[in-house]
Amino acid sequence: MFKRSELDKRPQVEIFVDGVAVAARQGDTVSAALLASGRDVRRSTAVSGAPRLPYCMMGVCFDCLVTIDGVGNRQGCLVPVAEGMQIEIQKGKREIGK
Amino acid sequence: MTMAPKREAYDVVVIGAGPAGLAAAATSAEAGLSTLLLDENIGPGGQVFRAIASTPVTERAQLGADYWMGADLVQALRASSAEVIQRATVWSLDRNLEIGVSIGSASAFARARRVILATGALERPFPIPGWTLPGVMTAGAAQTMLKSSGLVPDGRTVIAGQGPLLWLLAAQILRLGGRIDHILDTTERGNYFAALPHALAFLTSPYFAKGLSMMREVRAKVQVISGVTELAAAGDGQLASVSYVAGGKRETIPADLLLLHQGVVPNVNLAMAAGVEHRWDELQLCWSPVLDASGTSSVAGIAIAGDGAGIGGATAAVVRGRIAARAAVEALAPAAAAKLAPMATLRTDLAKAERGRAFLDTLFRPAKQFRIPAGDTIVCRCEEVTAKDILDAVAIGATGPNQLKAYRRTGMGPCQGRLCGLTVTELMAQARAKSPQEIGYYRLRAPVKPITLAELAAVPKSEDDVKAVVRG
Amino acid sequence: MTKRVDAIVVGGGIHGCSTALHLCLAGVKPVLIEKDYAGRHASGVNAGGVRQLARHIPEIPLSIRSMGIWEKITELVDDDCSFESHGQVLVAENEDELASYRARVAELNGLGFTHEELIDAAELRRLVPAVADTCPGGVVSRRDGAANPAQTTTAFRRKAEQLGATVLEGVAATNVRQNGGLWHVDVGTESYAAPVLVNAAGAWAGKIAAALGEPVPVETVAPMLMITSRVPHFIDPVVILRGRKLSFKQFKNGTVLIGGGHLATPYQDRNETVLDWKSLAISARTVFELFPVMRSATIVRAWAGIEAKMKDDLPVFGPSARHKGLYHQFGFSLHGFQLGPGAGAVMAELIVNGGTQTRVSDLGIDRFHPSAL
Repeated sequence: MFKRSELDKRPQVEIFVDGVAVAARQGDTVSAALLASGRDVRRSTAVSGAPRLPYCMMGVCFDCLVTIDGVGNRQGCLVPVAEGMQIEIQKGKREIGK
Repeated sequence: MTMAPKREAYDVVVIGAGPAGLAAAATSAEAGLSTLLLDENIGPGGQVFRAIASTPVTERAQLGADYWMGADLVQALRASSAEVIQRATVWSLDRNLEIGVSIGSASAFARARRVILATGALERPFPIPGWTLPGVMTAGAAQTMLKSSGLVPDGRTVIAGQGPLLWLLAAQILRLGGRIDHILDTTERGNYFAALPHALAFLTSPYFAKGLSMMREVRAKVQVISGVTELAAAGDGQLASVSYVAGGKRETIPADLLLLHQGVVPNVNLAMAAGVEHRWDELQLCWSPVLDASGTSSVAGIAIAGDGAGIGGATAAVVRGRIAARAAVEALAPAAAAKLAPMATLRTDLAKAERGRAFLDTLFRPAKQFRIPAGDTIVCRCEEVTAKDILDAVAIGATGPNQLKAYRRTGMGPCQGRLCGLTVTELMAQARAKSPQEIGYYRLRAPVKPITLAELAAVPKSEDDVKAVVRG
Repeated sequence: MTKRVDAIVVGGGIHGCSTALHLCLAGVKPVLIEKDYAGRHASGVNAGGVRQLARHIPEIPLSIRSMGIWEKITELVDDDCSFESHGQVLVAENEDELASYRARVAELNGLGFTHEELIDAAELRRLVPAVADTCPGGVVSRRDGAANPAQTTTAFRRKAEQLGATVLEGVAATNVRQNGGLWHVDVGTESYAAPVLVNAAGAWAGKIAAALGEPVPVETVAPMLMITSRVPHFIDPVVILRGRKLSFKQFKNGTVLIGGGHLATPYQDRNETVLDWKSLAISARTVFELFPVMRSATIVRAWAGIEAKMKDDLPVFGPSARHKGLYHQFGFSLHGFQLGPGAGAVMAELIVNGGTQTRVSDLGIDRFHPSAL
């Protein structure tokens, strides 16, 4: 859906999406890194289970909700990636107390 | 990682580091007021100057001169004494000017003598059939990814809607080697005539020449279809096609990515939660705060600057930020105001920056069928409530957005109505033959952004609690 | 022009709407006057607890009467009000609390009330598996539950209107006066007159009572609530605490409501409240300790509804001590929602029959006779 510009010379950062290593770039938000990864990163909603991807990328739509380093319901479009970050795609209602 | 505000109280707290907030904070600090700037994003710039200090797109021509203007604002801010905290999400503001802010998963409270809200705008909801499908995004989303990560569309891409941002985005995508297959222009034909009376002001505004050359640049490379009157996205769990009607003829085109845009509207959540009075703006078709000439709101001590005060664009936002900050300085440290640009000069600057706005507002006033959906089209993305659901509730007695909550969970999800509020107001107004002003808006409450229970549980105890423990 | 009606009800909360509905059922067609809209304040935004548990003894008969109506609520208002009956549990946090609850249940049994039942740690864990294992037991009221307050109040309003009540919203009742054996009330440019006036104006009712010569010790309060995003189902009954303030409930949609009576600052004239986050943090800490599973849940919204609280925490319910045809129904002191359906039924009996089988005599306004103030 998206590709990286050839001009982008930022250093690589390795994150893990549902346990799989994915190359991101320093300064990417989690949502941008997920969309750039080419993987199926659709979450499913807590209401009907419908698949969703980020819609606004600016912190207002909450369609980018994702579990980051064990903390759920985070807005992936507002969080920068960090080396070794563990991302889980949320399916349905988010489990608590795990 | 946690960097709480250094003080418990400030003269001025500015919320949002876009054009208005950057200018306001620098101005306030320059006058010697203790100033805190809180911003939710990774770096300063807001949406228009997104990633200004970190973008990988360093070839200046690609993002354009208007973008790089933001670098000067950031430089001025950094040269000032203002305390700046990024990734700081303000989740509460009340009429006592007490601010609850989440920074690095810990919450803190700060008090202000003056608050300048510079929380900007968000893209108007574009509730067409299929707009919740993966692969449908806002044009602003694509622009955010382009500016902050150098990402451009590379599948079959359709851009649909109207407004200056749409053409700017298209030009930027093309300059970076991205792919656009079609642009579907939804501008209503009648708007061209309606906008004519404002054309002279527009022709002499800075928008005109820039806008024209950008449209030429895009039209040379992309097929543009004008006069689009219907639009729908379709696919099974993922966008597969976009269908539209233009000139009475329906077409369906395969697509991997659909970017929607029909203008921007003030981001009202924090201001409304603080109790600031808003009115329905009939021209811009959105809620705008009731403000005086200096941006002062109905809540004592709270001013609003930038697009959150009513859409005016980045240049106007900068000036409004300076005006609001100057007004704060005049109130708190009148002697220091002499150091700043005179109010009369600022007002002249603002009038200049706002020239041409009426033309744009009229020309790009979005069509009714793209604002007020029908049938199974989802209105509330969070709670998955359709237009029909809302009309059914109206039929059995729901009179406004708050009464609707007795029937449906519209607006009660995490986005707190940001993506459905305008639609719900206009839909109910139409169904009940009332004006949007009469129908009203959701009563918004803190936290305007969710916080975890653990984070709230960890906030500092009140002084009384501490005393109670000490006295044991 | 004055319109003559059978009765005037001031206040469109659950109580005013319920009384209007029950008056209609008895053939009395009232006009209901609400300055905002039905359920705008406490009745529409409370925690929705349908609770007989842990009530003051003088209001238990009314609560039991009400419970019977709740259990057939759909028959009455053609709407299930999202009422669910999974019980309410009062959790004892320590042995001292449990001992006091044991005494309370024994006292109730002595009075013939059997709805509260003492439970041990094992039964507590069975009912509320997620509760911290330090809690030694508690009390359950198995028929209790919860409903959606906005949906409920709206349903009562709608049904009352269908049965013949006139509902006026968005306009205040002013200039309440007695003249020629009738009660007169101005509503905008119109006036209404009736032999019966019900003062069910919630946080605004104290002023009406005082203006009619019956001042009572009442204050305006705004108890705060907060709600989480949807989480998987983990608890059925409503849980309450007494030592530390807490009420806790998960809705069918997965959201968890946290309340308990910490107060916001009400600005009654502006219909506005300012939340006290440091007090909400106390509630958050209590949940944090009692339900570790909730620690990572996100809070999406908090609010407070404006209502009346009496000095003795008991409602003012029944005929005026001074005026014929005037009835009071207010001051439910943070626990009026469950009482709404029953209170409307009993009020209609008092008005139409001049009496009721349900014991409400301890709730009268005469307990605040000037000598008792």
